[in-house]
Amino acid sequence: MAGSREIRNKIKSVKNTQKITRAMEMVAASKMRKAQDRMKKARPYGEKIRKVAAHMSQANTEYRHPFLIARDTVKRIGIIVVTSDKGLCGGLNTNILRKAVNQMKQWQSEGEQIEVCCIGNKGLGFMSRINANVVSQVIALGDAPDIAKLIGAVKVVLDGYIEDRFDRVYIFYNRFVNTMKQEPLMEQLLPLTDERIQKNSGSDSKSRMTWDYIYEPEAKPVIDDIMTRYVEAIVYQAVAENMASEQSARMVAMKAASDNAGNVIDELTLIYNKSRQAAITKELSEIVGGAAAV
Amino acid sequence: MGMTFHLDIVSAEDSIYSGAVEFLVAPAQMGEIGIYPRHTPLLTRIKSGMVKIKAQLSEEEFIYVSGGMLEVQPDTVTILADTAIRSHDLDEAKALESKRAAEDAIKNRESELDYVKAQAELIEAMAQLAAIDKLRKRGH
Repeated sequence: MAGSREIRNKIKSVKNTQKITRAMEMVAASKMRKAQDRMKKARPYGEKIRKVAAHMSQANTEYRHPFLIARDTVKRIGIIVVTSDKGLCGGLNTNILRKAVNQMKQWQSEGEQIEVCCIGNKGLGFMSRINANVVSQVIALGDAPDIAKLIGAVKVVLDGYIEDRFDRVYIFYNRFVNTMKQEPLMEQLLPLTDERIQKNSGSDSKSRMTWDYIYEPEAKPVIDDIMTRYVEAIVYQAVAENMASEQSARMVAMKAASDNAGNVIDELTLIYNKSRQAAITKELSEIVGGAAAV
Repeated sequence: MGMTFHLDIVSAEDSIYSGAVEFLVAPAQMGEIGIYPRHTPLLTRIKSGMVKIKAQLSEEEFIYVSGGMLEVQPDTVTILADTAIRSHDLDEAKALESKRAAEDAIKNRESELDYVKAQAELIEAMAQLAAIDKLRKRGH
C-alpha cells in the first residue's frame, strides 16, 4: 500500500498543529477579554486629562508649553510605532508597518529626517532590519501595558521635541474597532494645537478667557507635568488598544488556522481511505484473476 | 442639603472614585489643602498620601494616591493619580535606558534606510497572507 503510511503521518502532524492552534485560540480569547477591559479602564484617565488640557488651553496661562506651539518649518519627524511583541496574529503588524513605511518613504522623499521610537518587538525587529534610525525602544511589555515601562521611551521623544530635534511627532498603532476589525492608524502627537485638544475633549472651543489657575508651586513645572502626562496617556491608550487588537487578531487568525487544519485533515483522510480501498480492490481482483487462471 | 462639587479620581489603569462630594483634603506638594465647592481654579502636584473625602450623607472616606496632579475648577475637581513612581531623575534614568537599548539593538547595521528591502519583505508577507486567504476561500 504505497504512501498510506506517509498520509497517516501527515494527518498526525496536522492534528498536532491543530491542537496547538486551538490552544492558542482559547488563550487569546481569554486574554482578549482582559485586554479589552484594560483598554476601557484606561479611557477615563484619557478623558479627564484631555479635559484638564482643554481647560488649560482656555485659560490665560502665563506660560505656554512648547508642546502647544506649532512650528512653521518641519524638517525632522519623530514617530512612535506600536506593534506587538509576538507574531501569529494575522496581518496586524504587517498592516501597521506598511502604513509606517509608506509614510516614511513619502516624508523622506520630501527631504525630512525621521527618527523612530519602537514599542513592541516586531516593530523594533523590522525597523532595525530596514536600518531606520531607532532612538528609543521598549519591548517585552507582557500582557498588561505598564506605564512605568513606557515613560522612558516616550520621554526620549518628548525631550527630542523640546530640544528641537523633532518638529513633529506621530504615533502609529492599531485601533481596536471590534473583535473582527482592527484599524491601522497614524495620529499626530505633537504639537498639540488648541483646536485638537478641544476637539478631543469634546468641549466647544471658547475664546481664551481671562482667568488663570493658581499654581502650586509654580506654573512651569506643573504645566510641564500635565503635558507630559497628557502625551503619556495618549501613548498608553494606543498601547492598550494595540494589545486588545493583538489578542483579537490572534484569536481570529488561530481560529482560521484550526479550521484550515480541520479541512486538511478531512481531505487527507479521504485520500487515505481512497488509497486503502484501491489497494483492497486491487488485491481482490488479483485473487479472482489468479483463481480464474487456475 | 449642602453644596457639593463633582470629584473624579482616575489613574491610567482604572477609575478610582467618581461622585459628588462636600469637601476633600488632599496632600498637595506645598502642604495639605482642603477644597470646598466654588474653589478658585488651581493646578498642583500632589504627593503620595491619603485623600480625605466627605461625600453627601456619608462618613468621611480615605483613598490612597501615590502622587499625581490635582485640578480644581469651581464645580469639578480632578485627581490624576500616578500608577508609576515618578521623579525627574527616575524618568531621566528610564529615558537613558530606553535610548541605550535602542542603540545596542542597531549597532550592527549600515547607515542608509533600505526601503526597497523593507517593501520587498512587506510585499512578500502580504502575498503570503493573500495566498492564505485564497486557500481559505477554496475551502482548503
